[in-house]
Amino acid sequence: MSKPRVLVLRAPGTNCDEETAFAFDQAGGKTDRLHFRRLVEDPSLLDDFQIVCFPGGFSFGDDIAAGRIYSTIIKTKLADAFFSFRDRGGLILGICNGFQILLQTGLLVEPNSTGKIPATLAFNQQGRFEARWVHLKMTAGRCAFVAKNEIITLPIAHAEGRFLVSDPNMIGSLDADHRIVARYVDENGEPGPFPINPNGALGDVAGVCDESGQVFALMPHPERHISPFQHPRWTRRRTQPPEGDGLRLFRTAVGHFGKVLV
Amino acid sequence: MPTESWVSWEILLTPVHPECDPDQQRVSQAIAGLAPLVRQRFSRSVDPPRASRGYIVDAAWNQKDADRLAMTFFSDPVTDLSRARPVAELDLAATTATILRKPGVMDPVSDHAKEALRALDQPAEAVRTFHRLDFTDGTPADVIRFISSKLFANEAIDQIILGNIPVSSLSAGSSAPFTEAVRVPLRGATDDELLQLSKKNQLYLDQHEMNAIREHFRSLDRDPTDVELETIAQTWSEHCSHKTLRGPYRFNGTLHESGILKETIFHATRVLKKDWCVSVFVDNAGIIKFDDQWNVSFKVETHNHPSAIEPYGGSNTGIGGVVRDILGAGLGGKPICNTNVFCVAPPHTHDEDLPPGTLHPARVLQGVVAGVRDYGNRMGIPTVNGAVFFDPRYLGNPLVFAGTVGLMPADQCFGQAAAGDLIVAMGGRTGRDGIHGATFSSGELTEESEVVSSGAVQIGNAIMEKKVQDVLLQARDRGLFRAVTDCGAGGFSSAVGEMGEELGAEVDLETAPLKYDGLSYREIWISEAQERMVLAVSPTKWDELKQLADSEGVEVVAIGRFGAGNPSRLILRYRGKEVGNLSMEFLHQGRPATVRVAEAPPRPVEAYEPGVSASVGEVLKRILGSLNVCSKEWIIRQYDHEVLGGSVVKPLVGVQDDGPSDAAVLRPLLHSNKGLAVACGMNPRLGDLDPFKMAMSAIDEAIRNVVAVGGDPDRIAILDNFCWGRTERPEELGKLVEAARGCMEAALGYETPFISGKDSLNNEFVFAGNKIVIPPSLLISAIAIIPDVRQAVTMDLKRAGNGILLVGLTRNEVGGSHLALVTGGAKGAPPVVDTKQGRAIFLALHRAIREGLIRSCHDLSEGGMAVALAEMSFAGGLGAFVELDSIPTEGSLDDMMKLFAESNSRFLLEVEPDQTTYLLEIFEGLPIAVVGSVTDEPFVQIRSAGIDLARESIDELRDVWKKPLAW
Repeated sequence: MSKPRVLVLRAPGTNCDEETAFAFDQAGGKTDRLHFRRLVEDPSLLDDFQIVCFPGGFSFGDDIAAGRIYSTIIKTKLADAFFSFRDRGGLILGICNGFQILLQTGLLVEPNSTGKIPATLAFNQQGRFEARWVHLKMTAGRCAFVAKNEIITLPIAHAEGRFLVSDPNMIGSLDADHRIVARYVDENGEPGPFPINPNGALGDVAGVCDESGQVFALMPHPERHISPFQHPRWTRRRTQPPEGDGLRLFRTAVGHFGKVLV
Repeated sequence: MPTESWVSWEILLTPVHPECDPDQQRVSQAIAGLAPLVRQRFSRSVDPPRASRGYIVDAAWNQKDADRLAMTFFSDPVTDLSRARPVAELDLAATTATILRKPGVMDPVSDHAKEALRALDQPAEAVRTFHRLDFTDGTPADVIRFISSKLFANEAIDQIILGNIPVSSLSAGSSAPFTEAVRVPLRGATDDELLQLSKKNQLYLDQHEMNAIREHFRSLDRDPTDVELETIAQTWSEHCSHKTLRGPYRFNGTLHESGILKETIFHATRVLKKDWCVSVFVDNAGIIKFDDQWNVSFKVETHNHPSAIEPYGGSNTGIGGVVRDILGAGLGGKPICNTNVFCVAPPHTHDEDLPPGTLHPARVLQGVVAGVRDYGNRMGIPTVNGAVFFDPRYLGNPLVFAGTVGLMPADQCFGQAAAGDLIVAMGGRTGRDGIHGATFSSGELTEESEVVSSGAVQIGNAIMEKKVQDVLLQARDRGLFRAVTDCGAGGFSSAVGEMGEELGAEVDLETAPLKYDGLSYREIWISEAQERMVLAVSPTKWDELKQLADSEGVEVVAIGRFGAGNPSRLILRYRGKEVGNLSMEFLHQGRPATVRVAEAPPRPVEAYEPGVSASVGEVLKRILGSLNVCSKEWIIRQYDHEVLGGSVVKPLVGVQDDGPSDAAVLRPLLHSNKGLAVACGMNPRLGDLDPFKMAMSAIDEAIRNVVAVGGDPDRIAILDNFCWGRTERPEELGKLVEAARGCMEAALGYETPFISGKDSLNNEFVFAGNKIVIPPSLLISAIAIIPDVRQAVTMDLKRAGNGILLVGLTRNEVGGSHLALVTGGAKGAPPVVDTKQGRAIFLALHRAIREGLIRSCHDLSEGGMAVALAEMSFAGGLGAFVELDSIPTEGSLDDMMKLFAESNSRFLLEVEPDQTTYLLEIFEGLPIAVVGSVTDEPFVQIRSAGIDLARESIDELRDVWKKPLAW
């Protein structure tokens, strides 16, 4: 069985591509890093891959707004390519800036009747960039990146990560569809104010998936918790687990193809 | 598209929730900080203006297009209200300020926005961002201009428009007129006239130097051109030539020919001769071995004067500059972490105590933190270590230290240009920003500096630098260039001048890509515009390099060629005409040596004069709540310290991720467990008493910090950064000589070589006949190899029942201590360093860590043992019980001394009870004692001779420690 192939896309200002590629490789994938302009030049490059990832960073300097320039180019130049990639069973992951980008392309949350995306990642409620480790309640069922319900620990590092929606009912319907895949909680799985919810996100939303479950994006960085020695309190543990919590997400995604594509 | 159909559209965005809007928050904060300056200048107060932002876009859109794009592209419909109107139809009040780039100045957002609009099939000719401030009716125009310029405008590139926006303000700018080079009549000038000339043109050259230039050009029988004179001034500036530390000096009457650095710091490195030192003091950064395949480079820079005038831009470009040092050391390293240290005045300084022309220290601190944050985070470099030091004497002259560590292949650490190589400029374009930075930083700051030197402040663009990094490292691995250096202080002038010192160089200045028209050849040559690198590229590799750069959207342009003249010359041309032709020998060797004079009196130890008496608990809480010791979480959490995935020991550790780590540990290679520890040491308070001991203590502290987390004492390299007052005063230079000698003694004693350093002199603020001189400020940065990061140790207590041991000798040393600071004590002995015993302690501790015996470890620094114990307790969420009776001391000491003395080379260790005996064997012959144990009662309890001295709740101690900077 050949390894599933993963494409980690770079753009000017992307800065988490190396460790994200490493995470996919650790999870059993065969990962390439590619400047997105090569994909614009030749969208058929996507045909060789099973998973595409938009890693973290500050694409195009977050000019105009976080992810705005990049998502506009993706939406206009590569929308068809990505939708058909998804329709043929491909998985798409967005991390941090990747979440901001995917959200604005319409791949994650469908536009409403006026063509507007009814959700956004706004400036953090506390008004500044925040780096800290958080607990996440992961919900399995729909999302191809999550195999079981569990609480995991990952770091966040962002200024614009506050999930807001223009229609408050949307949180309930996303939840009912098992699309709120990652929520900010405390170590016991209970929601709470800052710093448990580190940015004021509505519904404690840290990550959502699309209807198909194949497109998933989250603000926290799973690629930064691959090894147990990346955990902020690893020196307090008597023994170390075999791996960091974040690795499971990559392994589940890669494993998806281990079963399907032989 | 027919050009006549353009309309300039204003797209105005206002936040739906202003209270959550970062711009509005920044404005409100800044107005509070600016209030004293406004009162000083205009004798009035001012209400915070309403902030909004937007874009002016030249495009052939109709109203419907503009409305749609305003809503779907320029704004976020969930958080912004947007409105599109033709600029010609605006009706703005006279109290409405619009801040945007000057005509012709490129807006960095423009290219990206135009690319996206093209993709949307709604192309635009120009996109400009603007900030808008609506002031209350009746606010005078000069107040509006002043505040707008402080908040959003850099006078070198921005314009402030009050009321409606005239079409002329949006035009394209025009190119500079040129007929021939400007000559500076110098041969016939008197000595006085030469000095006047130096001052008027901000050359900062002294009489000897100006005279040498006059003689040189007399011998050539011509006057220099303006650009030749500037090139000499840049090359000879303190900032670029370090003439004070490298030149001859007279110390207490005795002449020392070889210079301070050579005699002390370089000397130590030369004597130690470590085979793992790859490149020391010669390149843009020091380089040491990491493993068989990889080396590590480290550099720490200062960016003080720019940060005094514009804290955000100053620290922002300070990081940008030191990152470029790493990109430009050897054949280029990948930046793997940043460090930063700030020295500022206390943030509660009263407005009326601010000297004219200074910014409030709270605003300085907020600004420099934001600047570091935005550059490091955007480039994706984790900021992992730092410190903040507070002293009122940093009021007009704050210090900003920025460091970067790089990782590079072991065989890519040296570069050498060859004759015939192209001189290639890579990255950002050249603009008018940063003119005279090198010479400006070589003078002292005055109350006028914020007015006259605004052009010296650079403007950072982190994404540009990230793109440069992406291309440069690929080009390095493909062997596409022979040498590289960064454009730092002095711009092309320094970069090309240095790279071409042996070979000579010729440059056609009109080929340099410009941000906007209107620059003269002189400005092109000396501009310190950011994000530029200079490469030496063989003509045979040029096409491949160009193709690579194009594919990543990075500009590369050949602006000249190395190899000119024999002996070598620097030849500058502009539009085909020669505007400069200098002998490289004169440029680099022609500066007359100035013999500096240094004086230092003997510094006998004076008996400590205790201040007001207070209980142990009270003193402990006052020190924990003092600015230097208190939590810096507010700063740390604004920095991404996890990006790149290498973080092993974070800046904040413990059960709630909030304890102060001694050092950061990172794993630069994701597949390897070999690691690095990075830390610093600094204590200007000791410098007031004894600069020699201060230097030794700073080195001891930096080493302690890296050893505490698991760094190998035999694989530590250190860097020096001297920030000093005006060293033309003999007593100021005398302190520097003493400190440098302390550096040498500690480096030799600890067998720890210096690999790089940087000095910043003339850190004084002069106003109305007064001056404030900063305390002698020596930062020591340390980097250590950790053989296996899985053995790293953190400072938080781990488990009740474990023993607590104190290692190291406590002496009667509270001179310059925090005990003295918080109780009003004076004089006293500053701590000495016994490197023989210290080194034995470091080696024993390292062995114990490698054998897995140490559950937690914290170094003892400000506030001594009591503060370290408190920090370990609240970080671990556990209590501690200690008795002072068995503490190893020199002579007999009272309890306050045992608790709060700041003697060097000491640690508190947490060890499991059954391993204590073995641990004591490892430390045999060294001062060590079991002093207590970890408890599950949440209190720090201290007892001496059977009497309870303190029982303090760890929650209260933590609160006290967190409160001062919980902004």
